[in-house]
Amino acid sequence: MQEFEYLMPANLDEAMGLLKKYGSKAALIAGGTDVMVKIRNTRKAPDVLISLRRLSELRYIQKNGGYHIGALTTHRMLEQSPLVQSELSALHDAASWIGSVQIRNVGTLGGNICNAAPSADTAGPLLVLDARAVLEGPEGRRTVPLTEFFTGTYRTVRKPDEVLVEIDIPEAMGRFGSAYWKHTRRKAMELPLIGIAVALKLSQNQAEILDSRIALTVAAPTPIRAHLAEDFLKGKPLADEVLQEAGRIASSTDCCTIRTSLRCEAWYREEMVRVFVPRMAKLAAERSKNR
Amino acid sequence: MKKVSVCFTLNGDPVTAEVPVTWSLLKTLREYFELTGAKEGCGVGECGCCTVIVDGDAVNSCLYPIPEIEGRSVVTVEGLAGQEGTLHPLQKAFLENNAVQCGFCTSGMIMSAKALLDKKPDPAEEEIRTSLSGNFCRCTGYVQIIEAIQAAAKTKP
Repeated sequence: MQEFEYLMPANLDEAMGLLKKYGSKAALIAGGTDVMVKIRNTRKAPDVLISLRRLSELRYIQKNGGYHIGALTTHRMLEQSPLVQSELSALHDAASWIGSVQIRNVGTLGGNICNAAPSADTAGPLLVLDARAVLEGPEGRRTVPLTEFFTGTYRTVRKPDEVLVEIDIPEAMGRFGSAYWKHTRRKAMELPLIGIAVALKLSQNQAEILDSRIALTVAAPTPIRAHLAEDFLKGKPLADEVLQEAGRIASSTDCCTIRTSLRCEAWYREEMVRVFVPRMAKLAAERSKNR
Repeated sequence: MKKVSVCFTLNGDPVTAEVPVTWSLLKTLREYFELTGAKEGCGVGECGCCTVIVDGDAVNSCLYPIPEIEGRSVVTVEGLAGQEGTLHPLQKAFLENNAVQCGFCTSGMIMSAKALLDKKPDPAEEEIRTSLSGNFCRCTGYVQIIEAIQAAAKTKP
């Protein structure tokens, strides 16, 4: 095991102070389910780990105008939140399928996003819910739409001296129904072969699709939106043929460049996108009716 | 190697440990306290053999940095039996339902089950399965394990 110092600031101000003091020698750790594994696997550690686990001020799920979720909120808290389940369903789907109960008890939403693994389960749902990341830095706060947050595999726009403090979801997204499908070989303790998130907003009579969002994870090095398929759905009737066509468009190379990677080949991912975009759209529509 | 001194509650007793700052909770339990009930299977949070309960929640002790344990309450499988070695209902049920084969996963299984039953005394089978989703039994004796937990849920401790 590599040597490192382990610091546990009691609040955000202290954490910011430590980040400033140690600069590039330090790395942040939240639940540790990625960081500790990485240290063990690579036998490399930063000189200083700054733990955010004691920042209970960043553990919350609030609805107040929009939705505000503290970065230190655990997956288990999301899984057990009736508000998240009914109003941000895709995020609930994702949180409930991450790792195991043991992992969900400590792993955090902010950690999942900042680690920026292509397979991060919460990324797709947050993209279709128009989420924004709130970053605290030495010059104050800035808000970055999640569509601009991921810059590459395990890379984000977060600067080394910034802390992700909150995920924000606009109030308007509460009118969408949403769903996430984690396509896996096993039922649990698994990373997705492909992740598919869909959010739909229906007309009052529930016959027409007013607005839509579709996101794919693991499909590319960063989570992506299927804009062509989204555009196709807008203003269309809510009908099986329409949803199937959206799946076909999302899986086409015109819309998304879906890659082959270690865990899965592109052709299979494309097939699953074609199959599960309509299924998730249908589920999202069902959920939107129940709202 | 830089050391850290942590005070916490272990199986109901206040304890102090002085161990290298890089140690995990699992390593501290096994090598400092010589409590070898929690096992290292994978060391990366996938197998659940190292499961213990921290402040009421099941966690992978292999991924739990030891400095974080300051002020918290830890329960391991060694903390389950009562005075004079009376077994906990879960331990009895595991024995009576043949829920142990090689035994390597057993303490983790029991701790995951305990965390569940403490919060939900009468869980549905699906909830039991979810609670065990991070505990691998490579002998694959899952059915007996689930039956044992159902039996324990029926017993009042």
